[in-house]
Amino acid sequence: MNHWLELLGRKTTQFLMEMGRVLIFLSHTLRWTASRPFYLKNLLKQMEQIGVNSVPVVLTTAISTGMVLALQSYTGFKRFGAESLIGAVVSLSMTRELGPVLTGLMVAGRAGAAMAAELGTMKVTEQIDALTTLATNPMKYLVVPRFVASTVMMFFLTVLGMMIGVAGGYFVGVKVLGTNPVTYINQSIDNTEVTDIWYGLIKSLVFGAVVGLIGCYKGFHTEGGAEGVGKATTGAVVVSCMLILILDYFLSALLW
Amino acid sequence: MTTMAMIEIIDLHKTFGDHHVLRGVNLTVEKGESMTVIGGSGSGKSVLIKHIIGLLFPDKGRVVVDGQVLNNLDEQGLNEMRKKFGMLFQGAALFDSLTVWENVGFAIKQHTKLSDRDIRKITTEKLAHVGLKDVEDKMPSELSGGMKKRVGLARAIAMDAAIILYDEPTTGLDPITADSINDLIIDLRKKLGVTSVAITHDMHSAYKISDRIAMLYKGEILEVGTPDQIKNSPNPIVQQFITGSAVGPITAE
Repeated sequence: MNHWLELLGRKTTQFLMEMGRVLIFLSHTLRWTASRPFYLKNLLKQMEQIGVNSVPVVLTTAISTGMVLALQSYTGFKRFGAESLIGAVVSLSMTRELGPVLTGLMVAGRAGAAMAAELGTMKVTEQIDALTTLATNPMKYLVVPRFVASTVMMFFLTVLGMMIGVAGGYFVGVKVLGTNPVTYINQSIDNTEVTDIWYGLIKSLVFGAVVGLIGCYKGFHTEGGAEGVGKATTGAVVVSCMLILILDYFLSALLW
Repeated sequence: MTTMAMIEIIDLHKTFGDHHVLRGVNLTVEKGESMTVIGGSGSGKSVLIKHIIGLLFPDKGRVVVDGQVLNNLDEQGLNEMRKKFGMLFQGAALFDSLTVWENVGFAIKQHTKLSDRDIRKITTEKLAHVGLKDVEDKMPSELSGGMKKRVGLARAIAMDAAIILYDEPTTGLDPITADSINDLIIDLRKKLGVTSVAITHDMHSAYKISDRIAMLYKGEILEVGTPDQIKNSPNPIVQQFITGSAVGPITAE
């Protein structure tokens, strides 16, 4: 019994300490984000790596989700004769919830992992120390561009995901299942408000910041060679996905 | 002689968790001198050298470089101070996303307004210093271990550093390449008149490149002296280390 309590206590303390370190890391990141010099070239490169290169996975996920959503809700709604509401279901789900969350999870898996692996390798091969010895602040040079790029690009990827998801839903709803296109579109527009889109996009900014922050944090705290890099990469994906899911609930409750 | 001291380490203590790594290190390196710190694996050599350039900060004690106390400097002051340094890392620590010339010219690009063409010209010069040519556009992954160290050294001297730190410069190289690195270290010192601090457990290298050798043992400097003084040291711990014997007061960890 004691043993279990001890273990629980230790794990809790470790978790809280880790979260504390993440918050300190965040405060440093924000501080360096706001001060010169700005490494514009690094920022653009990261925007390409995190944003542009994530387009295919985000497109695939979003179109599949939109199509499946239309198909599944059609099956259910037909029983009540409410097929005309498919459009509203798809567009509300995609904008408020699935667009930001699925984009967040996909980018966490793709770009967050890559970030942790790259920075982790730089850490264990002393490249981060080398930056410091060359009088260049690694937080500014490496972390800030990734953090900013991840936050900004998540926003645009989510916009893209929402649009493609809605388009996928329309395709299945109208072209495959043969519901009335005018009703479909009208229902979608009537039931989705601009604030719904904004709520989704606010979420996406938070998720983008989480992916960038955790990816960099895990990379910068990598220890112990190749095995350490592997652990950091896994850790980055797991922690950022968990945080996205947890924060999603609270943001949904808050932005209701 | 105190006015000539380039680096002064005074009563330096550092603890990681439960591990008291440095327990009051005192060491002075004169201007233009080549000092080598020897010691076993885990003796704290790397921790010591990282304190000199402000990669780590002491729990207690001071590091004074060129009259400035490192602990008291802010971020900007530290970076100004770091520009006086060049550091060669054990694995060279080249940025693997950048080409050789971008690596060598990194600090110049960051801290001056020179054009890429001028930077390239300087890097070609620095690479020639370390005996390399026509490698400017290669990626670090295309280089051999010895070449990586040379490029790392070229990067360390790119900003005309006054002090060069060597973290195990010959470790992981075959004996011939290792000796060519030794020659290069001596050569650079003659040509550029830099102060250098090396850490190593390669005694052949230590004898060859050093004016003085300091032995670090259990977190303190056990003995400091010229290579000859160290060779003839009466201290059994020093003797065991430099002759590389498994039998003696030092036990393998």
